[in-house]
Amino acid sequence: MSAAEPLLEMRGIVKSFPGVQALRGVDLSLRTGEVLALLGENGAGKSTLMKVLGGAHRADEGTLSIDGRVTPFDSPLDSRNAGVAVIYQEFNLVPGLTAVENIFLGQEVTRAGFVARKQERERAAALFKRLGVEIDLDVPCRRLTTAQQQLVEIAKALAFDARIIVMDEPSAALTSHEVERLFEIIRDLKRHGIGIIYISHRLDEVFTVADCVTVLRDGRNVGERPVAQITRNQMIELMVGRELKDEFPARAVTLGAPRLEVSGLRRGRAVRDVSFAVRRGEILALTGLVGAGRTETARLIFGADPREAGEIRLDGNVLALRSPQDAIAAGIGLLTEDRKLQGLVLRHSVRENFGLPNLTWLSRRGFVQLGQERTHFARYVDQLRIKVPNQEQRAGNLSGGNQQKVVLAKWLARNCDVLIFDEPTRGIDVGAKYEIYLLLNELAAAGKAIVMISSELPEVLGMADRILVMHEGRVTGEIADARRATQEQIMQLAVA
Amino acid sequence: MKHSLSRFLSDYGMIFVLLLLCAFFSVATYSEQSPAGEAAAKQVISAIQQQFGKTPRVLVAASDQPGDTAFAASIERELAASGGQVLKTVRGQPKEAREALAKINAAGGKLDAIACTQVTGAWLLFSDLKTDFPALGEPRVITPRSYRWPNFLKSENMLNIANQIAVIAIVAVGMTMVIITGGIDLSVGSLLALSAVLTAGFIRDFAGGVNASFGGMLLACVAAITLCGIIGAFSGAMITRFAIPPFIVTLAMMLVGSGLAYILAKGQSIYQIPDSFVWLGRGADLMSLPNAVVLMLVLYALAHVLMSRMKLGRYLYAVGGNSEAARLSGVPVKRVLMFAYIASALLAGLGGVIMASQLKSGSATYGNMYELYVIAAVVVGGTSLSGGEGKMLGTLTGAFTIAVIQNGMNLTNVESYTQKVVLGLVILGAVLLDKIRHAR
Repeated sequence: MSAAEPLLEMRGIVKSFPGVQALRGVDLSLRTGEVLALLGENGAGKSTLMKVLGGAHRADEGTLSIDGRVTPFDSPLDSRNAGVAVIYQEFNLVPGLTAVENIFLGQEVTRAGFVARKQERERAAALFKRLGVEIDLDVPCRRLTTAQQQLVEIAKALAFDARIIVMDEPSAALTSHEVERLFEIIRDLKRHGIGIIYISHRLDEVFTVADCVTVLRDGRNVGERPVAQITRNQMIELMVGRELKDEFPARAVTLGAPRLEVSGLRRGRAVRDVSFAVRRGEILALTGLVGAGRTETARLIFGADPREAGEIRLDGNVLALRSPQDAIAAGIGLLTEDRKLQGLVLRHSVRENFGLPNLTWLSRRGFVQLGQERTHFARYVDQLRIKVPNQEQRAGNLSGGNQQKVVLAKWLARNCDVLIFDEPTRGIDVGAKYEIYLLLNELAAAGKAIVMISSELPEVLGMADRILVMHEGRVTGEIADARRATQEQIMQLAVA
Repeated sequence: MKHSLSRFLSDYGMIFVLLLLCAFFSVATYSEQSPAGEAAAKQVISAIQQQFGKTPRVLVAASDQPGDTAFAASIERELAASGGQVLKTVRGQPKEAREALAKINAAGGKLDAIACTQVTGAWLLFSDLKTDFPALGEPRVITPRSYRWPNFLKSENMLNIANQIAVIAIVAVGMTMVIITGGIDLSVGSLLALSAVLTAGFIRDFAGGVNASFGGMLLACVAAITLCGIIGAFSGAMITRFAIPPFIVTLAMMLVGSGLAYILAKGQSIYQIPDSFVWLGRGADLMSLPNAVVLMLVLYALAHVLMSRMKLGRYLYAVGGNSEAARLSGVPVKRVLMFAYIASALLAGLGGVIMASQLKSGSATYGNMYELYVIAAVVVGGTSLSGGEGKMLGTLTGAFTIAVIQNGMNLTNVESYTQKVVLGLVILGAVLLDKIRHAR
């Protein structure tokens, strides 16, 4: 199985975005007929690395070689010409086109300028036969199941003779039966000498399908081993790696009566029977890997999505929440993960953004009390040290940290009893993070119930009183004493 | 200070374009003006009194044009009041003036002056009075002096512009709200026609036709506007409940509304309406401002306050700026959208009532293509079609810009096909300007 020359060799890949160094010199090599599992925590740089390979991002430094020859990867077309196919988590299919049309999109078989439909059809049918599956070639792709769409993507890769196929979380949306069939296909591709880079959070799958693992952490590779020579725990240690530093403010905890209680929350496959309670003065961390159902759970509590089942109680009273408006009126606030899309109206001023959830009490007989609004906002600008030239500044012009502070200000002014923070420190520099941690502690000390959703394990361990771990829509574990928990313990539950 | 000025410029930059257009058309229509009516009379009287003191003996010569009635009456009145004497007032042709002069001449009466309009002052008969009627004693022919002033800037013309754009501007208030929420309402032109037909139909069938009372007419108007509001509510419900794009829903309602208007009017124009019904569209009660214009200004003032000072206004902007962020901040997004579409339909209904009043009839052909002019007014006024941005007073500016261009081209005799081309380019140019300003 080992060939002399690696099929793909990435050397010293560096890539930075404004404010973030995503990759700090990553090496990766893939041989023909090999399945390489790329592992790492959220934000470790896996996606960025694969986007460099796919030609979507251009590396600042470093080289990519195919069969030992350095090859430019400046555009998706370069990447395709080099024989690389990247199958993203959200597929790249045109929903309204059929499987055949999608497979040959951009590489149409033509005769005298006309699409040779019959020929395309025959070749597509042959590809699916090779994959051992049957797919209706005439229905638009949006009508295919997720698994079928994935097969169309694989067929598309084979149609241009891809030699390297990247699969980003391919099993995330598949049933266990479909995953089995995917593995068979992967083994078949291996036999044909195709190299596969397999990204997954499910370590079990890695042991089943991969030949070797490469682990990334903070934009560097921290380990490359054959699967046979590594244990599950070693993988987790490599992924987590770093030591806990003193980056979290200390706090005296006084827990009161249960404030928020949810039981039996349910919505589709994303949230399946979630129950928990948060007490006054408590910070509960809700953690797990991306797609575990944490954000979805928060949205159900906040009334942002309709729930199929479940009960929400605040201070013992059952709430009939049907919209965020109801939730806010009841005293629940949600600080969303995605500030730009869900937290702020970017084109509007920071003052107007601040006012949005507060106009109910900042207005009299329908008229906004502009003076009051300015005064209150000015107070939070001071308190949170928001750096804005004036209150009319557009929210979109602020840095991530300042945007998050504006979001914080608008919810603090609302004076909710329960605050749900979804990734409160994502994309924020260390100094601002510390300030936000201080604020979380203050809020808890004031008797509020805090739910903190976070993928950053050090943050979870450093801030939470109690930890709930979710996996595939279920709560898979609770760590009652967060002070004594370890990252390994959480990871074990998260990849359950 | 500097900041707020630049903000003002960016918010209302279109005002300067409008002023520039006004300046251009003023220069282009700068021409000889002859005063008429009372203004002319005033000039002539003061000239006569300067030359002949408080008690002149005068002959008034006016043509039989309608404008000259006021001229003649005014001179008679003013001179009599100050002790002067109007020996005779001639209305009509030079022949009649000759007869009058001959009579005075034969009676040996003296005549100080002949008060003329610009037209009558040029009558040949007055050119040689000394030889023709020697007994008169060399009367002077006094005419009002002409002056130069732009046709565009005459107050009648300005009011004319305001009156012509009033309907479109009123409908544009609702459209601005809809567009600020990120939507569009294509049904306004049809609803306008439907409302006009309904109003006229109700008056004819239920309020007593040409003998309808004030209360009956008022009820007819309210009923028509309310029905439009119900259609707006239906559009809003389709958009909020079933998430059908506003473009599609209101396109459908545009066809439905227009079709209904034709069905109800049976393809004809309904004109069995009392004369007093034109009060709203043609009357001018307040400082000689047309009532429709007053109504328009009041509506803009209210809408401006709503959009800039009230919670609902803030919500309209937030929904258009980022509806998900607004929803997650507790904004009742669906109710806000319902409000916008109902308001737009109600105002289209009101537009229909005004138009029926202006034209004293209701017809399904009214408001054809108005949705496009209304959208153009909103867009020229600086409101972004992607929602979340825009100013109510910007829309008023936009409406006036369109009206001024049309009026100015009429005054400068640009033919109507060319006008369309120019108007289209101006709309494009205005939006382009806006883009460039925002890109900076």
